[in-house]
Parts: sequence; C-alpha cells; structure tokens
Amino acid sequence: MTEGLIWGFVYPNEVEIQWSVLIVLYPYITGLVAGAFIASSLYHVFGKEEIRPVARFALLTALSFLLVATMPLLTHLGHPERGIEIMFTPHLTSAMSGFGYIYSFYLVIVAVEIWLSFREDIVKMALNSSGWRELLYSGLALFSYDISEKALHEDEKIAKKLAIIGIPSAAFLHGYVGFIFGGIKANPWWSTPLMPIIFLMSAIVSGIALLILLYIASMKLRKHPIDHKCLESLAHYLWVFLILDVALELLEIVSMKYESLEEIDIINRLLSEKIAFTFYGVQLTLGILIPFVLLLVIGLLKNRDTLKMILISISSVCVLIGVFAMRWNVVIGGQEISKSLSGTLTYVPVFFHPEGVLPALVIMTLPFIILLVVTYILPPWKDMEEETTQMGSILKKKS
Amino acid sequence: MKISRREFAKTGFRVIIGAAVSSTIIESIVTNSIAAEVSPGGGYDWKEHLWGYVVDTRKCIGCGRCANACKLENHVPFDEPVYRTWVERYRVLKDGEVKIDSPNGSINGFEDDIPAEEIKKAFYVPKICNHCEIAPCVQVCPVGATYETEDGVVLVDYDYCIGCRYCIQGCPYGARYFNTEKRTADKCTWCYHRITKGLLPACVQACPVGARIFGDLKDPESEVNKILDKERINVLKPDLGTKPKVYYVGLDREVR
Ligand code: SF4
Ligand code: SF4
Repeated sequence: MTEGLIWGFVYPNEVEIQWSVLIVLYPYITGLVAGAFIASSLYHVFGKEEIRPVARFALLTALSFLLVATMPLLTHLGHPERGIEIMFTPHLTSAMSGFGYIYSFYLVIVAVEIWLSFREDIVKMALNSSGWRELLYSGLALFSYDISEKALHEDEKIAKKLAIIGIPSAAFLHGYVGFIFGGIKANPWWSTPLMPIIFLMSAIVSGIALLILLYIASMKLRKHPIDHKCLESLAHYLWVFLILDVALELLEIVSMKYESLEEIDIINRLLSEKIAFTFYGVQLTLGILIPFVLLLVIGLLKNRDTLKMILISISSVCVLIGVFAMRWNVVIGGQEISKSLSGTLTYVPVFFHPEGVLPALVIMTLPFIILLVVTYILPPWKDMEEETTQMGSILKKKS
Repeated sequence: MKISRREFAKTGFRVIIGAAVSSTIIESIVTNSIAAEVSPGGGYDWKEHLWGYVVDTRKCIGCGRCANACKLENHVPFDEPVYRTWVERYRVLKDGEVKIDSPNGSINGFEDDIPAEEIKKAFYVPKICNHCEIAPCVQVCPVGATYETEDGVVLVDYDYCIGCRYCIQGCPYGARYFNTEKRTADKCTWCYHRITKGLLPACVQACPVGARIFGDLKDPESEVNKILDKERINVLKPDLGTKPKVYYVGLDREVR
C-alpha cells in the first residue's frame, strides 16, 4: 500500500485493511433476509390482508438470500475448511460464535414456514403431475397428502406460531450482526449499543424495498397488472420504518458529537473526509431523505397509480443503495480510522481478487438465480395475480 | 391450555437450568480442547510462572534492533508490513503539533526529517502485544483459537484459527496481523518457545540499553517486580479495561 493513502499516524500493522467488500455484503444480505421475512409476517402474523399477495413471495425471497448469506463469510476466511468449527467448538464469549446456530435455526424456520404455506399447492401438484415432477412434489410434500379443510387449518395455525417465533429470530439474526460490530470497544466508530437496532431498522427498510422492486419486476415480466393496494401498503411500511431508521442513525451521530469524547477528532475527520460522500450523500440524502420525501408525496397523490408506482420504485432503489452505503460506512469506515486515533487509512477495492469486487458481484447475483429456480418449483404467483385478475375482468365487463 | 403461575415458574426454571447446563458442557469442551493443546513440557510447569514485561521509555534510543531481532527470531516476513513489535517516535513541535511515526516499524531506525530547533521534546515508545489479562482478542475469537496460557501469555493456535480476523479488529493496540503464509491471525508470543526454556524474549535480549525488561510476576525478586515496586508506572489505554501486562515507565500523555 502506498503512503498517499495514509494520513497521520496509524499503527504499523494497520496498513492492511482486514475486512473487505465481502464483509460489507454479509450484513447487507442478512439484512435483506430479515427485512423480507418481517414484511411477510405483516400478513402471516399481523393479518395485514393488503400484504397477502406478496407474503409467500417474500418468504421465498428471504430463503434465496439466506442461502447465500454464509458465502461472503466463508470466502473471506483464511481457512474456510475450518469454518465449521464455529458449530462444534463455539467460543461463547465471542459475538461471532453464535452465527452458526442462529443461522441454522433461522434457516429451519424459514424452510418450515415456506413448506407449511405452500403445502396445499405442493400436494395438488404432486397429485396432478407425473414422472419426475410427481416424484419431486411428492418428496416435497413429504408423502403426506392430507389437504382437508381441517389439516390446512392446522397448518395455518402452526405457520402463524412459527412466524411469531420467526420475527424475534429475524430480529435476532440481524441485531446480532450489528452486535458483532457494536461490541468492539477497540473501535470508536463501531462501539455503540445502538448498532444492533440501527442494523435492524435498516434491514427492514432494505427488505421491504427489495420486495417492492421484485414484485413490480415480476408482475411486469409476467405481464400482469399490479395490485396497487398492496404496493402502496408496502410503501407505507417502508416510510414508517425509514423514520425509525433515520431517527436512530442521527441519534448515534448527534450523541457522538455532543459528548465529544477523546475520539471525536478522528470521527469528525472520518465523516468530513473519508466517508463524507457515502455517509451524507448516499446513506442520508439519497438513501433516506429522497425516498422519505417521495413516499410522502405518494401519500398525497390521488388516483395516479402509474406515477405512484414509478415514485415507489425510485424510492426503493434509493433505499437499497442507501442501505448498502450504510453497511459500507460501518464496515469500511470503521477500518479507515486508526485505533491510535491519530490517523486514517483508505480502502481501495480491487476487482479481480478473491476478496474483491468480482466475487462480491457474483455472490450478489446468486440469490436472484436461486429465486428464479425456487419460484419455478413453488410458484407464488397465484396470490399475486388472483385479485388483480378479478379486477381486470370486472373492468373489461364494464367497458 | 391454562398454566398456573407456579407451573410457569417451574418451566422457566427448567429452561434456564437447561441453557446453563448445555452452555457449561460446551464451555468445558472448549476449555478442554485448549488445555490439551499446549503443554510446553521439558520440566517447565506453567502454573509456577506469570510473565510480565516492562518498557522503560526513558531509555529507548529508537535503534530498532528489537524489531529486527523479532522478525528474525519468529520468521516474520521482512517484506510485508507486519510486526510483532515495533517502536514509535513522538515529537512534540514547538508550535504544539505532535508528530508520530514508525517507518517500517522502526526496523531501519529513524531519520531526522525535522530540524532539531523546531522540536520541543521527543521520545521513543516501544510497542508489543500487551498480553492483556482481560484480552479482547481472546474474548472475540469465535472458535477459541486465541487463548491465554496458565502463565499469562496470549497465544494463537495456528492449527485451529479459521482466519476470520475478528481478533485483529478487537485488539485496541494494533498488535495483531494476518499471517499470509499460515492464513491465520498472528502476533507476539513473548517468544514462548524461548521463555519456557529459561531464555529471554529476542527483543529483550537485543535491546542495547535495557529499555525492555522481562520477568516473572510471581517471583518477588524478579527484575520486573523490582521496577513495579519502585517506579510510577502506567499501561496503554487503561480506560478500555484490558489490564495489560506490559507496564510502561515514563509514559507521556501523547502516547496512543
Ligand atoms: S495487546 Fe492485543 S493482541 Fe495482545 S493480548 Fe491485548 S488485545 Fe490481545
Ligand atoms: S482470526 Fe483466528 S484467532 Fe483471530 S478471531 Fe478468528 S479464529 Fe480466532
């Protein structure tokens, strides 16, 4: 690394930045998972009927992202083959040691939740198909074909209970990721008890934003009208959680600046020089302020469905970029200040490198491919399309 | 289902006991696997010692021999910016500015790049892993690969470390680095292979002015204890509660 990237004094060992862009992806992906899951619980647990069209789709989205969540971590380990030790001999004082368990527990919950909510479809497909498809769906049905009214009712009850457990575990999965950073007293930019809850709120907004975009995209691809009630309701939740998110993020900065402890000089330098653009520009303005205003405008507009949809999409894209910037500012920003509190470093991402941008891009595209496969096996489109189909036919009759 | 308060309390109690028992079992597996790991042998009993280290900043002349000796002794690559020990130079200028540097960890010594008349005061501060009594690096290691020995040395088990680098983030002193050859975390061991044979750490041996002093805290007559009994000492970043076992004599407030 060249001298120009260092300002002031950094400990000699700090010249190497340890956690790369892959570690930025890790909280980003788990955040999307937690957010998508919580969005689906709005229907499954809180019975918000407007969300029903995307509730099962949200679960599949959560699963697709969950399946890749370990990848950036494993790729980054010096000894990936030893990674499993975290399950066999977790060192319980470490915030990181719970990862294996929390992750597996959550994976099971999401998988069972999906199974229960798709069971009826799976059984029907098993009964109405032949050959390998029959085998696949019979396997997925676990060879239990009872879809009587009573059995389905039971399923629903269990699914609801599971989702109730699912919410705290989603919150835990991600709040815990925040604690991995928040618990490091060596780093003044990370060490704050607010970190888990900030991570959680930004996770929820990013998950909802992702769901909105995926919903719009899949309806466009399937050439099907969009259920605007559902879309606007999602946008409404996005707005509410954005407020919570920004309140916490500002609280952190304001209290840091107000208390002005020993580290304030270096924090100010970080904010005004190292991450000024990604923090004030992308995270706060593009990622929160702009979508906040746009979503407010949407609330005031009447009967302009297409315009609203465009504004909601723009807001969602902004939120997704903003939350990525937030993860970046935490993970990379925290490493750009020296623990000597007397200097800063610069992280320069490399493209072709085992821990570079290329693998990060590959890992980020995987969930979409997985989602494609999963929705092929377990199509969630019925819920998304039936209501608007009815509406469509009514409209047609009228004209 | 109705649950009486007593039953509820009982179930809660069971859950707590269950959680406690399972975590103790896991904990004991972890500690056993560690205890089985290093037993220096050769008639050395680690229960009889507790090692400590004193740095007398007033004596250091910034020659960098310690940093050199360490790299040689412990096969730390010379061509990479990684150090188990290094020396920092602090120069308080007449205009009040504080200049800190440690070019190449002091291996090649220091150059006079600021005219003497501009400098108010200057001093060197040797740095090394503090073998903290409450070591954050041990706390954060997810698999227990970083551990504290009975004689008070913090070590890395290179056959067990998964290379997550959480400990490097967790050490407040910048004492750790990533060993690109072993693909694990690495750091100063106080030359554990030497001290368990009755030798001094390489850096202590190499220091021409006796600025680095090593010894047994359990031995009241050791050189370390004599200094600790007599001098006014401090440790680095005491507010972080890590309880370092590297003690500094003549530590200036500018030292980070
Ligand atoms: S100085 Fe750093 S590496 Fe050494 S024991 Fe303390 S925390 Fe661990
Ligand atoms: S890099 Fe190795 S020693 Fe450090 S925390 Fe990870 S597993 Fe433990």
